Amino acid sequence: LMAFCLLKVPIHWEERNVTAIKGPGGKWMIPPEAKESMDKSKIGLKGPLKTPIAAGHPSMNLLLRKTFDLYANVRPCVSIEGYKTPYTDVDLVTIRENTEGEYSGIEHVIVDGVVQSIKLITENASQRIAQFAFEYARNNQRSTVTAVHKANIMRMSDGLFLRKCRDVAENYKDIKFTEMYLDTVCLNMVQDPTSFDVLVMPNLYGDILSDLCAGLIGGLGVTPSGNIGANGVAIFESVHGTAPDIAGKDLANPTALLLSAVMMLRHMGLHDHAKKIEKACYDTIESETVRTKDLGGNAKCSEFTNEICRRVQDQD
Amino acid sequence: MQKLIRPLFLQNRIGSPAQVFGVAGSSRRGKACDCPPPAKYGGRHTVTMIPGDGIGPELLRHVQEVFRYSCVPVDFEVVHVNSAMTEEDDINNAITAIRRNRVALKGNIETNHTMPPSHKSRNNLLRTSLDLYANVIHCQSLPGVQTRHRDIDIMIIRENTEGEYSSLEHESVPGVVESLKIITKSNSLRIADYAFRLAREKGRKRVTGVHKANIMKLGDGLFLQCCKEVASGYPDIVFDSMIVDNTTMQLVSKPQQFDVMVMPNLYGNVVSNVCAGLVGGPGLVPGANLGRDYAVFETATRNTGKSIANKNTANPTAMLLASCMMLDHLQLHEVMHTADIGGQGTTSEVVQSIMRLMQGASLRSAAAF
Repeated sequence: LMAFCLLKVPIHWEERNVTAIKGPGGKWMIPPEAKESMDKSKIGLKGPLKTPIAAGHPSMNLLLRKTFDLYANVRPCVSIEGYKTPYTDVDLVTIRENTEGEYSGIEHVIVDGVVQSIKLITENASQRIAQFAFEYARNNQRSTVTAVHKANIMRMSDGLFLRKCRDVAENYKDIKFTEMYLDTVCLNMVQDPTSFDVLVMPNLYGDILSDLCAGLIGGLGVTPSGNIGANGVAIFESVHGTAPDIAGKDLANPTALLLSAVMMLRHMGLHDHAKKIEKACYDTIESETVRTKDLGGNAKCSEFTNEICRRVQDQD
Repeated sequence: MQKLIRPLFLQNRIGSPAQVFGVAGSSRRGKACDCPPPAKYGGRHTVTMIPGDGIGPELLRHVQEVFRYSCVPVDFEVVHVNSAMTEEDDINNAITAIRRNRVALKGNIETNHTMPPSHKSRNNLLRTSLDLYANVIHCQSLPGVQTRHRDIDIMIIRENTEGEYSSLEHESVPGVVESLKIITKSNSLRIADYAFRLAREKGRKRVTGVHKANIMKLGDGLFLQCCKEVASGYPDIVFDSMIVDNTTMQLVSKPQQFDVMVMPNLYGNVVSNVCAGLVGGPGLVPGANLGRDYAVFETATRNTGKSIANKNTANPTAMLLASCMMLDHLQLHEVMHTADIGGQGTTSEVVQSIMRLMQGASLRSAAAF
């Protein structure tokens, strides 16, 4: 927030609480004020939300997703200069279908000891996510879109997903479209992640792969993420946990949230501001002088942020 | 006079060929199979060989060469499976042959996923018909192979018959497809039991269950529950669990923390491929599909490798190691590098080098006698 104020980024912040409340009819939902605010502004920035285990209500993240129909989860994974991992020059984007697939939540116990989970793939959702993936690729000058699937085993469901991807690819002849099995992607990803560009896939594979890619660049503490929904709604968030053990102690690493905010700025078209903040952030990490504990340094969260702000100012 | 065969990766001994290979297969399979070893005719074993597609045929030819060279008393009954055929006669023949011989070595059979769903994956059909419920993969860092991470030694035990691979799909309304993932208590208990038995036998300390029970509460929840149940019977082994996405993240940052991992089918697919990639690629890791009565050995990552077929560039290590798992002897000390791990050797050169090593080793041990 501080960095933004310094830059005089033209955003008006509206903070909203999203603790679950029970609406009329007994359905769990997010507070109406939150919903109204989002509907008006269309763009949101979110920190981690905790889902208590026996809360009795579904995960908050899930509720948000359902309320705003956030169908695409976008996670750009770019190697951070200055934060060394065994993998260098990673520059890929995972686009994951976020509403259906294996996470439809439909499960039954058929007989005692036999459980069936249903994975749902629909034509519309597949079409939508494929469309989004290609649009994203085009808008961000990416050259290849790879559909990740397991159609050799799940012939109908992943087959449908794949067919829709192929159909959409027809309209985007400027972008290369390839298909690859999930296991091959995993195999190649840990050996040579530079060979991947944009990856589009159904829910479960997306979950696994996006976390895999986050691991390649340094983990969830430095990975931004955006959720795009219907009607132009977009919520950007950091995907790490709530880390209650360090909450309030000025120890957290704000990089993930900051980079998500940068994604948000880009989404809104404020490219200059985005670039400045991003550069400042990367430079700070690279300089190694002021780093938070999880990146190997000793600085406090506020010191880290101050350093970034300082660099932002210097750039002006 | 028969020597007792020690498990493959723990021994650095090569006896003289005739003695060592005489009791092939029996002790290793004692864990998964509670059945007597397959019949030996005239002191020689018969093993079903399914060449498969892509690089399968050439790799298996090399295995045959190496076996011939080292006078291994194993005869291969080769059964071809034509992946283009829509009838299931071919694969049924193969299954019958495996039932007859109890042991098989196979290449991957290609699945054309543009064909209709009635045309099932041949590999999957084989696994489910023979009830090869455990897929065991041992990924360890090999000396001499350059990788980003060192000192990896992970055993992956993957449920091999159910889960997402049940091939039960239907289109309830046009445009909406449902795919069923089945988890059963009996299979989960079975695989967990196998995992813990194997861990104990190999002296491993920790078994990690990989799941996604926060989302698939009933399905993976059942799996996890079964693992915990079995774990209570093995107090000397630590059992913990990890969500699959976190697992992959940990694997690429700190793979040394893992010991033995057990998981349902699909996560097994992902994790085994990630681990294989970590130790150097699909050309290096062998895999075993084990059931109560049968055992089928193949490469861990089950690739057809169409793009490098017949170019003499494939790395035969995985297939050779698989055949070694099958025979339960032979220790590879060093492998001349093929292109996929950064060298310029060709497939046949690697085989020659292995044969030279074996010759050297058997000469040494012959001299010792």
